[in-house]
Amino acid sequence: MTHLARIALAALTLAFAAPAGAQMQDENANDFTEKLEIGISTDEIAITSDFRGADLTIFGAVDGFDPNLLVQGKYNIIVSLEGPKDNATVRKKERVFGIWVNTSSMTFELVPESYSLSSTRDIETIAPPGEMGNMGIGVDHMRLVPLGFVGDGSNLGEFRNAFRRIRETSGVYERDPGGVQFISSSLFKASVRLPANVPNGVHVVRAYLFRDGTFVAAKALPLRVVKTGVEQVITQTAHQQPFFYGLFAVLLAVITGWGASLLFRKE
Amino acid sequence: MTIYLPIAELSVNILIILGMGAAVGFLSGMFGVGGGFLITPLLIFYNIPPVVAVATGANQVVASSISGAITHFRRGTIDIKLGTVLLCGGLLGATLGVWLFSFLRRAGQLDLVISLLYVVLLGSVGSLMLWESVRAMRKAAKNQATSLRRPGQHNWVHGLPLKMRFKKSKIYLSVIPVAALGFCIGILTSVMGVGGGFIMVPAMIYLLRIPTNVVVGTSLFQIVFVSAYTVIVQASTNYTVDIVLAFVLMIAGVIGAQYGVRVGQKLRGEQLRALLALLVLAVGIRLAIELVIPPKDIYSVVSAGFGF
Repeated sequence: MTHLARIALAALTLAFAAPAGAQMQDENANDFTEKLEIGISTDEIAITSDFRGADLTIFGAVDGFDPNLLVQGKYNIIVSLEGPKDNATVRKKERVFGIWVNTSSMTFELVPESYSLSSTRDIETIAPPGEMGNMGIGVDHMRLVPLGFVGDGSNLGEFRNAFRRIRETSGVYERDPGGVQFISSSLFKASVRLPANVPNGVHVVRAYLFRDGTFVAAKALPLRVVKTGVEQVITQTAHQQPFFYGLFAVLLAVITGWGASLLFRKE
Repeated sequence: MTIYLPIAELSVNILIILGMGAAVGFLSGMFGVGGGFLITPLLIFYNIPPVVAVATGANQVVASSISGAITHFRRGTIDIKLGTVLLCGGLLGATLGVWLFSFLRRAGQLDLVISLLYVVLLGSVGSLMLWESVRAMRKAAKNQATSLRRPGQHNWVHGLPLKMRFKKSKIYLSVIPVAALGFCIGILTSVMGVGGGFIMVPAMIYLLRIPTNVVVGTSLFQIVFVSAYTVIVQASTNYTVDIVLAFVLMIAGVIGAQYGVRVGQKLRGEQLRALLALLVLAVGIRLAIELVIPPKDIYSVVSAGFGF
């Protein structure tokens, strides 16, 4: 039951050849010499009928680091696995004439369906909350922009908190503050998790490098999650040929019902 | 042993689903009902999204009603003409029902409406059935003859215009109440995932005064077509028919039904009706409790791609 599809992932090359320094300086006004690289061995994960979630290991390397800062533990890495984005509606129930009815709702624009965060330590201690908020790293800093008219916005916080809490308790949003480990001075390993009820589509692995509380560099890699075999065929047919899918479902029911009555009559 | 449901997008224990299908199949065979009113709430109790439970329940109803309908067709106990009038109303009702279903889903009130409809219908039909069967049992104890139908009595329904002669049923009846009944049942089929036999049969007997011998066959005729139509429309508009779930339920259901029929034949009619009434009431009460007790979490999150 606890079978987890363990996906082994290879490290990317540790090219210590001189980085394109000039280009780096153009991108970063702060003159950072550090460069971040990450790699995963596959860009596709297949969901089979017994899928119970998967652990993903992501390897990465920091180039051009300052050895003194590294020894002091001033480098921190955050790795996230973000699911496909979709609008999400939070609804609130209230008691109306004795029964519980959804009375108010708020829709948040394009939020990830799943989110797994792994870091070298608690992300609140890596950089000031303002910076995390600007970059939208972590469940607490994720951008939750309400869609449409929300009145005076007084209940915005309440709905945002409810959204975060529900997504975290249902296991689709999670964080692991010790999930990134340095395995050598420049090489690190991060583990993120795909939940069992993972949405299909393009997920994004993002890695962020921080030096002494300041953001230095980021890298992103896509990861496709697809249903395979029968599941894939069924989902695809249901959405692309819905009429024939429905017809087939009815036919299946007719054959099953009729077949059983014929089968049992002979006995 | 788990199985991944591709449309519901979750993993479930296949043994629980098989058990559910077999138990409902057994009861439906025993009582001669489609079982949709049991399977849909059971799936909802098992955390299958109500949208999937309703559409898939309709698919299960097709499987459990088809063999009965064929048997009645062979015996000649279906009034095709009457059934067609019912069906016309039913198809219109189902179309409106699916539209209503999508509308309520967008408005976030679908789960509530499904539960409320179940509570009201199961509660009222269950109570009526229980009352009637207890009375019948008392009469039987006093050795009085009981009859479900009081022939020769007419009510307001028989004063309506647009009358038509239904030869097989030997009645001369307005098409308005017949089509209206079919229409209402059609709405229930697409919103609740039930065949509606448990409402249609009493309505045909008591309200329309249709002879008992053609009632069950004709209602099955209408149920098969309206459920099949609902499945296709639900699949085309809401993409919520889970064929894997439906197939597991059907297989277990049709086998369970065969054994249910055997047990049902050993019980007396009024006892059977009393048991069915208690079962119907129990499901209704369970759903009513769910509506009244404070929920574990007053907030819920729905993703736009898939409305739970």
